Amino acid sequence: MQRDERVFILGEDVGARGGVFLATDGFLEEFGEERVIDTPLAEASIAAVAIGAAIHGMRPIAEIEFADFIWPTINQIVGEAAKVRYGTNGQLHVPMVLRAPQGGGVRGALYHSQSVEAFFAHTPGLKVVNPATPYDAKGLLKSAIRDEDPVIFLEHKRTYRLVRGEVPDEEYTIPLSSADVKLEGEDLSVITYGLMVHHCLEAAQTLADEGVSVEVVDLRTLRPLDSETILESVRKTGKALIVHEDSKAGGIGGEVASIIGEEAFEYLDGPVTRLAGPEVPAMPFSPAMEAMYMLDADKIADAMRKLAAY
Amino acid sequence: MADNGSKSTATESPHGVTRLDDENMLAMYRQMILCRTLDERIWMLNRQGKAAIVASAQGHEAAQIGSAWALRKGTDQFYIYYRDLATLLVLGMTPAEIMAGFLAKEGEPLSGARQFPTHGAYPEYGIINLSNVVATHVPQAVGAALAARMQGEDAVVITNFGDGASSMGEVHEAMNFASVHKLPVIFFCENNKYAISVPLAKQMAVESVASRAQGYGMPGFEVDGCDIVAVFEATSEAANRARRGEGPTLIEASVERYLPHTSDDDDTRYRPSEEIEEARKRDPVKILADQLRQIGALSEDLDQEIHQEARQIVDEATDEVDSAPYPGTEEFFKHVYAP
Repeated sequence: MQRDERVFILGEDVGARGGVFLATDGFLEEFGEERVIDTPLAEASIAAVAIGAAIHGMRPIAEIEFADFIWPTINQIVGEAAKVRYGTNGQLHVPMVLRAPQGGGVRGALYHSQSVEAFFAHTPGLKVVNPATPYDAKGLLKSAIRDEDPVIFLEHKRTYRLVRGEVPDEEYTIPLSSADVKLEGEDLSVITYGLMVHHCLEAAQTLADEGVSVEVVDLRTLRPLDSETILESVRKTGKALIVHEDSKAGGIGGEVASIIGEEAFEYLDGPVTRLAGPEVPAMPFSPAMEAMYMLDADKIADAMRKLAAY
Repeated sequence: MADNGSKSTATESPHGVTRLDDENMLAMYRQMILCRTLDERIWMLNRQGKAAIVASAQGHEAAQIGSAWALRKGTDQFYIYYRDLATLLVLGMTPAEIMAGFLAKEGEPLSGARQFPTHGAYPEYGIINLSNVVATHVPQAVGAALAARMQGEDAVVITNFGDGASSMGEVHEAMNFASVHKLPVIFFCENNKYAISVPLAKQMAVESVASRAQGYGMPGFEVDGCDIVAVFEATSEAANRARRGEGPTLIEASVERYLPHTSDDDDTRYRPSEEIEEARKRDPVKILADQLRQIGALSEDLDQEIHQEARQIVDEATDEVDSAPYPGTEEFFKHVYAP
């Protein structure tokens, strides 16, 4: 926002409150009410106003307070923003970012725990990002803001407090659609993103102690996917485990598994396996039920062992 | 070109004028006859199997021309909807360009013939008609107005929509947002009393769309949408208000729909023919012609000449577009993302 005066923020509680997770803490003081806009509590118009402003030369960052409240924006984001470039034969485009905190394991129950990435990643015309580390979040968010197309930028709520990491003050960007090998290994590839990157790294440590070398690929961008990095890893290890918190059917894992099946079949030395959220509508509130929903390092380590045994 | 409410007799552009002189009245009439002639031709091309889908503007012309005439081409933005054929003409699209959309031919300027007719964008003229999904453009227009203000421009954004669209939640959100932030938006409802087959009484429990303005803290006006002067004046006032930084205005123009919702609709299933006959008594073309005759600006000869000229333009456009090729598939995968 210091660099480009076209960039502005709009959403609920982004001003004096600094966002419910303090993502915009201090922004109002630095950039003023004109560029840090507390909107009415109406998500469809938050998205739509961002679209209109983006079409006319601004770089809006629209914040949806919780991803669970993102559904009223589907009409605008999937129905409209994704199609503006195509539907105007390239005359107009929508350089906007829609940020939303998502994910569970925070006692958020049904309506403060959802994972929404698959609904947007299905749509050509959109880009979907879900960083796992503070370093990646900064570099990817800068790229998302500077991107010429609409980017859905999802942040796992639990990473806000669980994960600490160095973030250099200096300028850097990380290209969208670039996966990152967070841990190199030889025996098994785990392809994951978001909070699950951290659980997978922990599980990989456990497996390392048991003599199994696990490679952890962090997708970082879920649309368009970095197929090359996925395939390179799987061709090396011959085994692929895909891990995500979102429920399994119709999820990102199905797409990744298909890419592997289509492009790296002859390299496989075991079934492409998905470990994902259960097929219940959303995450329950009470601790034992929430724990049953969430994946953790133990569950992931079990899945790794099973696949490694092939 | 910006006037901020000061009276001016400038007529250097066909619209953006602050006062309707005889010359402007006549120029609007020419546009109206051209629009009606084009509209009738396109409907015919549908019946000939050449235009796949048509939503007619017949009965809406005064509302569309009168409102666009009060705004500034190239500066103000027009977030319009599928029935706004006359708006396209007034803003500068040629009948051939428009017809290329109806026949989905190569070189179609709004969407490269990807979209339904009249959809896409003509940025040079401020024409934005992105979607078939009713009312999605209304809150987007609010965003356009926000951008204009942030960029220090005095652009006004008008967003046209039908009575059916007024029921959509996004219209409520748009009006509320625009009013809270006092944005330069004109909400322009073309109320033809039918949403496909659903009549107004099943659309809303209140007397008028304009009466809702009060609930948003903005002025709302009902105007006779078949009277081009009334529409022009209401829109001018709303535009001046917007440019003075006083925020949005809701205008409800009562219009008529002489034809079915689209060429795929059969209005005999839900609308008595006497009702349409009655509606034709206040045809905007007749009303404007009468007004022009009263001020002595339209003789029989001139009227015939205007009709003849319109037919010739539309004939030429038909020949040109009918013989043009369809676009190929070379660009099918283009414009999904930035190159």
